[in-house]
Amino acid sequence: MEGRRPGGTEAEGGTFGVSAAVSVPTPLERRDWQAGGSGVGAVAARLLRDRRGALGTAVLVVLIVVAVFSPQLSPYDPNEIHLRDQLAGPSAAYWFGTDEVGRDILSRVMYSARPALEAGLLTIVLAAIVGALTGLVAGYRAGWFDLLIMRLWDTLLAFPAIFLAIGIVTVLGPGWLNAVLAIAVLNMPVFSRLVRASALATRNRDFVTASRAIGCSDWRIMLSHVFPSCLAPLVVQMAIAAPEAILVEASLSFLGLGSQPPDPSWGNMLGGAQGYLFRSPSYALFPGLAITLVVVAMNSFADGLQDAIDPHRVRGRGKAA
Amino acid sequence: MLTYLLRRWLALLPTLLLASVLIFAIIQLSPGDPVRMKLGTEATAEEVALERERLGLEKPVPLRYLIWLSDLTRLDLGRSQVNNRLVTTLVAEHFPNTLRLSIIAFCLAVMIGLPLGCLAAVRQDARPDTVITSLNSLGLAVPAFWLGLLLILVFSVTLHWLPPSGVGDPNNPWYLNLPYLVMPVATIAVSNLSVFSRFVRSAMIDVLGADYIRTARAKGVPEPGVVGRHALRNALIPVVTVLGIQFSRLLGGAVVTEAVFAYPGLGRLVVTSILNRDYPVVQGALMLVVVIFLVTSIIIDLSYAYLDPRIHPHGAT
Repeated sequence: MEGRRPGGTEAEGGTFGVSAAVSVPTPLERRDWQAGGSGVGAVAARLLRDRRGALGTAVLVVLIVVAVFSPQLSPYDPNEIHLRDQLAGPSAAYWFGTDEVGRDILSRVMYSARPALEAGLLTIVLAAIVGALTGLVAGYRAGWFDLLIMRLWDTLLAFPAIFLAIGIVTVLGPGWLNAVLAIAVLNMPVFSRLVRASALATRNRDFVTASRAIGCSDWRIMLSHVFPSCLAPLVVQMAIAAPEAILVEASLSFLGLGSQPPDPSWGNMLGGAQGYLFRSPSYALFPGLAITLVVVAMNSFADGLQDAIDPHRVRGRGKAA
Repeated sequence: MLTYLLRRWLALLPTLLLASVLIFAIIQLSPGDPVRMKLGTEATAEEVALERERLGLEKPVPLRYLIWLSDLTRLDLGRSQVNNRLVTTLVAEHFPNTLRLSIIAFCLAVMIGLPLGCLAAVRQDARPDTVITSLNSLGLAVPAFWLGLLLILVFSVTLHWLPPSGVGDPNNPWYLNLPYLVMPVATIAVSNLSVFSRFVRSAMIDVLGADYIRTARAKGVPEPGVVGRHALRNALIPVVTVLGIQFSRLLGGAVVTEAVFAYPGLGRLVVTSILNRDYPVVQGALMLVVVIFLVTSIIIDLSYAYLDPRIHPHGAT
């Protein structure tokens, strides 16, 4: 149960949360996978050899290209209004149709890729930084800080994620950045616990004792000796948390708490589409399809990465744990 | 056993206390003045001052927290600042809707997810496993609100089979209101059953590789017995943990699903109250959500001892 936040937002939140604990490796296991080649190159090669991993990576690359070059690739400006073509179905002029004020849905879907991917990236980076620092100190130093910070994370985990996110967004005010901050906060406990567990397992190993004996400072030991052993599970957890973060951001935007109109985002497009289901069925189709595609691709990537970082897991535990 | 139980309940207190501080803090930090929200922009300064006095908003924050806390222990959650109804009544009205939705969706998800996960584990890497695993990744990736919208598109807009929103007329006999539950239940069940079956699969694969399974097979236990009695029973412990956590999250309200179907449950109550800056309702509902979650976690722990006699609750924490 150590790894990811089970259950996520709610049940639907199965979507955001999901189970599949990233097991924190014991020192023995860790030695195992390092024997299999743990360099970035070796991991990347294994990732691309795995069918799911390769597919996920490929789709992800396409998405990143779309996100970066959306101004060049999209047929219209995402906020260009065509009042004559309101709620049009898909056609040669508008491949995905238009929304309630005649904006091109294809262009808006493409422009939404950037904030979505950025939301995923920014949340996991923030969560990983805070999680790694607190986890390292808690695991290595132990003592009152450990007790305090773990109690805080326990409390945060006692709130269903979506409520916590909504609560934080209520305080900060709705908006993309605030939604991202909120999602980062609700990811912190898992990251912190993960790093703490690895730090605990490492802090009494011989090389750590040795560096203490030659007089290294605590921070130096933590950062250059303990932290590297926390890196693999941390990276895997980042890959797992990113698609969830994108889903939560989309949910918040759907509820009107994340990205604000007129900025295009998949979540608030679906929020808009909800009011026009009877008039324009195709409106709700494409933004949701985009979210699903991104999340499937990122999940496959995460699964592939997990196997590539820890090849022995494949044999023992089955591919997609 | 009794002392263990007592200890577990006592251990809840600090977490509950911290949660109450957090909930109180979130509300205090929220922008916007509830009095202004209530009285509107036309109110005079005296009216505002009087109302603040009446609501006790003039007192210092720590004192207000203590007052709130002591009221809370007496289950006095105050009144809604929007419609002046008792918070307990509001929660009591909305919670059964969420409870009904959660229980049905949860049972459905378990009944489908558990066998699917077992099947995938037993036929690991064969066709059934591939199909189930792919469906699971799809089920996990589809946003609940989009799935809900798609269901409405198909069953309400196109086929006219089901009502798109609401819970129906409370005066009707219950079976007439059942159609209102179908789509919300399906929406919630889909992602949950993907979680379950994925988790059951990995837990089962772990167990199926164990020595005692080989022993059981070697001594000639028929395969269904191996899977059912030896493997499943041992795989259940992690599975029950996930089931419990998922269920308590469900009870917290399926915020997004409830929003899609305009379903008057706990999640919707919290969201609308936040938008209306109706603090007492938000505080009360959130507190309930946290309590449910913590109590469920204790029940899960206790169920371990029942599922696996090797685990003694005294030793396990």
